[in-house]
Amino acid sequence: MKHLDEFRDPALARALVERLKRITTRPWTVMEVCGGQTHSILRHGIDQVLPEGLTLLHGPGCPVCVTPLETIDRAVAIAMQPGVILASFGDMLRVPGSHGSLLEARSRGADVRMVYSPLEAVTLARANPDREVVFLAIGFETTAPGNAMAASEAIDARLTNYSQLVSHVLVPPAMAAILDDEHVRVDAFLAAGHVCTITGWRLYEPISARYGVPIVVTGFEPVDILDGFMHAVELLEAGSPKVANRYGRAVQADGNPIAQAVIDRMYEVCGRKWRGIGVIPQSGLKLRPAYAAWDAEQKFDVGDITPQEPAECIAGQVLQGRLKPADCPAFGTKCTPQTPLGATMVSSEGACAAWYRYGRKSAT
Amino acid sequence: MSDRPDFSGFTCPLPKLDHDTVQMAHGAGGRLSADLFERLILPRFTSPELEPRDDGALLDLPPGRVAFSTDTFVVTPLFFPGGDIGTLAVCGTVNDVAMMGGVPQALSVAFVLEEGLPLADFHRILCSMEATAKKAGVRVVTGDTKVVGRGQCDGIYVNTSGIGVVPAGRDLGAHRIASGDVVLVSGPVGDHGTAILTARAGLGVQTQLKSDCAPLNGLVEALLASGADVKALRDPTRGGLAAVLNEYAVAARVGIRLDDGAVPVRDEVTGVCEMLGLDPLHMACEGRLVAIVAAGDADRALAAMRDHEHGGGAARIGAVNDRHAGVVTMATALGVERVLDMPLGEQLPRIC
Amino acid sequence: MCLAIPGRITERYADGDLPMARIDYSGAVATACLSYTPEAQVGDYVLVHAGFALQVLDEAEAAASLRELTRLSALMEADDEGGAGA
Repeated sequence: MKHLDEFRDPALARALVERLKRITTRPWTVMEVCGGQTHSILRHGIDQVLPEGLTLLHGPGCPVCVTPLETIDRAVAIAMQPGVILASFGDMLRVPGSHGSLLEARSRGADVRMVYSPLEAVTLARANPDREVVFLAIGFETTAPGNAMAASEAIDARLTNYSQLVSHVLVPPAMAAILDDEHVRVDAFLAAGHVCTITGWRLYEPISARYGVPIVVTGFEPVDILDGFMHAVELLEAGSPKVANRYGRAVQADGNPIAQAVIDRMYEVCGRKWRGIGVIPQSGLKLRPAYAAWDAEQKFDVGDITPQEPAECIAGQVLQGRLKPADCPAFGTKCTPQTPLGATMVSSEGACAAWYRYGRKSAT
Repeated sequence: MSDRPDFSGFTCPLPKLDHDTVQMAHGAGGRLSADLFERLILPRFTSPELEPRDDGALLDLPPGRVAFSTDTFVVTPLFFPGGDIGTLAVCGTVNDVAMMGGVPQALSVAFVLEEGLPLADFHRILCSMEATAKKAGVRVVTGDTKVVGRGQCDGIYVNTSGIGVVPAGRDLGAHRIASGDVVLVSGPVGDHGTAILTARAGLGVQTQLKSDCAPLNGLVEALLASGADVKALRDPTRGGLAAVLNEYAVAARVGIRLDDGAVPVRDEVTGVCEMLGLDPLHMACEGRLVAIVAAGDADRALAAMRDHEHGGGAARIGAVNDRHAGVVTMATALGVERVLDMPLGEQLPRIC
Repeated sequence: MCLAIPGRITERYADGDLPMARIDYSGAVATACLSYTPEAQVGDYVLVHAGFALQVLDEAEAAASLRELTRLSALMEADDEGGAGA
């Protein structure tokens, strides 16, 4: 496929691996923020060909993984109410809550629907005026424009049987939180290319300057990712902490202003709990108070939600780059993609699932 | 050359019946039941064993071990590009018998019909079964029909069981797989699973893809007749190529390594999978086989498959090794190996 | 974190007030909303995530980065040849 195949060219990728080896003279630790890049790195075996001194850390960039347990429990509780259709993205349906996933709720009688586009849930609400359609709106900046547009469509049409359970998260505050964490050393970031299509790359300049770390905006194919590492190492070796955009075909300095405007019209920034990590200030989006009537959290009283996270799960440490999946005693034994204890084992982007799937079953 | 069954010239007029849809009485054993059998079902499956209308069939089989297999078919939608639940029900069991080395002889067919199913739909499904059975050279020798109330099943469920006879000297199975053997596949993978996925309402994805659904007993015979030392055969249905290879790796306690880019996948299957975040190697096939063949016979086996109408796209995709027992790997463009795991079950489109 | 893939616009249309497009991904055709890329034309490649086109892909940029990377890898090979006797 055009714009994919060229960036999967084996000869070019191998040449970049060679070059990366030559320019790496000191040990560096680079974090790829985005779970999609984690997936791609493991799928193509990039982690196996990096120079010895280059350590990879997988970041928290998996929206499914960081969606707090409370939100999943709340979604399950709402889905179990009579007359409700709960809709969300396919990968959200398998994530375990305290009392099972949304798919398990479906097996207990809930009407849970999978959508590909958030607009489909609006269509569902129009087609089912006697039902309450609740859309579990999760994601990073990439997904926010679509979810915001769906909210805008429903609210502008005064569609009263539609609501959103919003659990959006923002990437830059999480990067800052990782840099503030004294247990984690990150020398440079690969920034999530698809998030940057919306936010633009200029947004990262303050973080890069404040913490003195290079941030390289990177795509998702092997050539993109190797190019990202190459530039990160070049900037590190040169002692030049700045933002570089290596995903020029998709990312502009200021991102997508139309999308930003719609997000801003529907949502406002809030503190948000990240599963396994805790509350990160100013790291989430929620519906603006003017749209409270479309806010499922306020519309549905499901009582107190007291989430119960499995005690042995180290997903939070993994998401912050403090531990690797294989450091977990449950990894690959009690916890597998079939029987996940934590969300990082569920989403194929989750570091644990990616490690499991691509055979990184031991720490070596 | 098409590698799919083409029934476009096939016509099959619906006999005149008193009802347009399935009634509970069609399953009650009375006049309507008899009517359904005599006028709709029997004309499609004329066989000497079925004709006496006995409770079962008496079969005269050629000598050899009997291969016996059963499968129940549940599919949404009932009709999809390249076939329907009827085509699938015949192909599925014929192929299972053929993969055991059996030459399929006879099928049983059992239907669970939902009250309200249009008889025209049932008839269309029966016609597909007739045409597919004819193509595969198997007779339907016994059967059963039950009707359940509206909402108690999804239109129609079909069970087929099949028996075949394994000629003397034929020995296929995981126990024969050894390090050094090569892995062949008879054509592009994932067509059926992808065609079904996109035919389902809701996803809004359109393709020209057709299910690969086809009876493979002819291909198996052609392959075996080539004289190649074929060790094991399996059709990669649910779970796709990845599931079959993992099952082999575990059962034969060997490693299997696929070559980078060697597995044939149609562009449209790649497109749908990229879009929805799925893996073509996890998508079901209903008209492909995986053959494990002695290394020296790979070319002969490939040539035999490519000469057959259902093997035109046959390819060598990898080899068996003794380095990582129980694990299937795939070489990547970077020259390293990654694990190709079993699929998780339901293929859910993902956004991240 | 976010699965977004490039596809080519084959047709533009409107669904109510929303600009929409049919997008071709190697022969698989799906629809996407063009609200965020109103400038996108038939024939353009857009990056689509969850049914929304997020950006029109910049063909010139794509070609330029491939050229640059290819040049780098060629330079490296030249280094190898030049340094072989040293």
